[in-house]
Order: sequence, then structure tokens, then C-alpha cells
Amino acid sequence: MPQSLDYLKETASQTAGPYVHIGLAPGAAGFQIFDQELGQEIAGPNAAGERITIKGRVIDGTGAPVKDVLLETWQANAAGVYAHAEDPRHAQVEDGFRGWGRVITNFETGDFTFDTIKPGSVRGRNGSTQAPHISIWIVARGINVGLNTRMYFDDEDNSADPVIKLIEQQHRRETLLAKRQSDGTYLFEIYLQGDKETVFFDV
Amino acid sequence: MIADTRPLAEFYQRDRTLHPPAFAQNYKTSVPRSPKQALISMENTISEITGPRFGHTDLGPLDHDLLKNFAKDGDPVGERIIVHGRVLDENGRPVPNTLVEIWQANAGGRYRHKKDMYLAPIDPNFGGCGRTMTDENGYYFFRTVKPGAYPWRNWVNNWRPAHIHVSVFGTAFAQRLITQMYFEGDPLIAKCPIVNTVPDADAIDRLIAPLDMNASIPLDSLAYKFDIVLRGRRSTLFENRLEGN
Ligand SMILES: [Fe+3]
Repeated sequence: MPQSLDYLKETASQTAGPYVHIGLAPGAAGFQIFDQELGQEIAGPNAAGERITIKGRVIDGTGAPVKDVLLETWQANAAGVYAHAEDPRHAQVEDGFRGWGRVITNFETGDFTFDTIKPGSVRGRNGSTQAPHISIWIVARGINVGLNTRMYFDDEDNSADPVIKLIEQQHRRETLLAKRQSDGTYLFEIYLQGDKETVFFDV
Repeated sequence: MIADTRPLAEFYQRDRTLHPPAFAQNYKTSVPRSPKQALISMENTISEITGPRFGHTDLGPLDHDLLKNFAKDGDPVGERIIVHGRVLDENGRPVPNTLVEIWQANAGGRYRHKKDMYLAPIDPNFGGCGRTMTDENGYYFFRTVKPGAYPWRNWVNNWRPAHIHVSVFGTAFAQRLITQMYFEGDPLIAKCPIVNTVPDADAIDRLIAPLDMNASIPLDSLAYKFDIVLRGRRSTLFENRLEGN
């Protein structure tokens, strides 16, 4: 036997289950407990940039909306800066801009909606530039490991985005596009399975 | 914002053989909710090595104490326990100042959720959720009651072992994790279709918190220890490769 490597192993994921709201959004579970719930406001009042609203649903393999899903979103500000110490420009982020949100659905319809600002493009690897995007992490009953995806915008130029270009099948790239509607909001539908299955990433 | 002076580096590839597959036949809800296409593997970018950070101003003073944080006219019913441990990364380093959130059923196995209809009663003094920040050594603790087992609709007679749901952030969106903690000695663990979505027996063992008499409080509470391991990061600088060749 060779020497052992002293790495620990990552704790295994388990489903968030149907009652994830109790822990992460207790108001939605039906009770008030904390002075402030986290992730309610993504951009804050001081953030520059275009204010946008995203509406959508998560849809299962039978075509039904997933009503007990919870999404977390993570994004840069309009200048392409993350509110995190490892972004070299993080000191420039507007006061109150967090870039992180928790999104829950209407339990009856499965519809979700969230408000934020449109993120700017951010640098990619090897000198590339990533098109504006919001990273999304999805948990629910029946989802054993949180699913990572990204939402891009159909009114931006995404042609040079290095992550989109990893997707071999052209038509699957479309699954990451939020579509601008006539009322100015964006529609982003996430398909867990089936012909329109959204691209998910191993990040 | 919490200063983090460690070098900019990306994370080790996640070992998917230790995690449940998306599709698990015996956990029925996973059947229509599991992607069938392969995940697209991507190297970390700045979007994955950053993530939300939290501070003590986000939390209230009783948020970690489930015995008190929803108490109306007394303590909740049930076996008083301490749940404590450390958040570490795969390099064995503590993850300080990170948010840990938990939720659970009450001692009778009932959740305070408008969708839970199990016949066990709601406990008026128990909310069933808590949150805390790890300290500079990655240490956290909660006070709570031991949750009860509960039945769920899967096969006709499936029961969840007693468990606490645990959500952890780490320092980056790539480290985000939700898992469940089980209790040493529970015979329902081996029978649970959700536990058994985890394909690796040792990985299941690591979800089981041992009774920790040293951390118990005599005449007050038993204790269980649950360490959580998040993805580790490379020691080489991320920037060298990001901007380089
Ligand atoms: Fe549960």
C-alpha cells in the first residue's frame, strides 16, 4: 500500500425534501421566526443598471410544474463585479448589492418571479469574456444533488461566451436563454427532463 | 463583507461517485425530476469561485437555539440535544464564518409546514429551523430536540429515519451543499430509500452523527457531532491560469 493522501471526502448531498422552505424561507412555510429572512433582495436599492423582472417555472419530465422547488441565484452587478472578496474589484460594488437571492414558487401554480438588475459581462478564463449571466442552483424534493445552471439573456450577444460554447448541440444552448417578453420582463423556463431539458453543469 | 486572504484558486472536481445519482428508482420523486442528459463539465470561472457571504448582522441572537427561537410558553417537547461539529474542506482546513442552516421535524415527526399533513401534532413551542455562522475554527453548534421519525409516501410503508436537514455555503457558489444528518444507532437508516440514493457505504456512514458524551451537558442535553466537508481548493493560484495560457 502506498502512503495515504490526507484529503477528506466531500459530504454526500441529500435531497432538500419538500419542506426546504422551513429552513431557508420559513415565511413561505407559513410562519414567522427570524427577524430577517435571507436572500429576499438580490440587488438592493442603490445598484446601478437596468432593473429587470424574471418570471418562469421549473417543469418536470411529465410536463408538470415543480411547485416545491427553491432556486438560489448568484450574479455580478451591472459593471460585472461580484460582491465577494475574491473579485479584485469588489470594493466597487454598490452598498447593499449582494447579488444573491432565494426564489420560491407559488405553491399552487409553480410560477416564480424575481427582481434584480441585469448583470454585466464578467471575465472568463484565459482572457475570455463571459456574457451577462445569472448562476442558478436548484433544489427540491426528488433532486438528489442541487442542479447548477446559468441564465443568459436572449437580447445580449452570447456568441463568444466560453461556457455556452462548451455545449456541443446548438439547440441545447437555447435552453439557457431568458426570453424578453413584450411587457419587458424575461421568461426563463427550466425543464428538468425531456425534449427541452435544460443544460445543467458540473461546475 | 468578510475578508478572506487565502489565494484565488479553483476547486477540486466534485467526486460524483460519492453523491447520489439524479435518477434513483427507489426514490420515486427523483424519476420525473432527474435530468437524463449528462451534466456539462466546466472549469471554475469567477462566477463559481465567488459566492454569497454572510455576517452576524444577518442573524438574530437566538437563531441557533431551536429550544428558544420559537418558544411561546415553554420549551418544546422532546429529547434535548446539542448538534455540533466543524465545517471543513477536503484539504482538512476549517471553513470559518460560513452560514449553516438547519431544519427538522419536531419530536413527534411533524414539520411546521403548511403542506405537512402527518397526524402527529404541531408543537406550539417549536419552529424547527435554525441558523448560525461557523467561528474562526469552522465550529458551529445548535440546541434543539431530537426529531422523530415520520412516514412518507413512496412505497406504502416507508419511514424516514430521524434526521436534520443541513444547508451550508462555504466561500463559493461551487461549494453549495444541502445534506441530511442522521443519528447513530437508528435502525431506519439502512431501510431508507433516500439514504440509499447515496451509492457509497462509507459516504453514508459519514452522514451519521455519533453520540458525543463529552459534549453533552449533564442533567440537560445529550450531544451529537456532525462534521461537514465541502469541496477543497487547489493551492495553485487561479489567476495564473485564468489570464495565462
Ligand atoms: Fe425531512
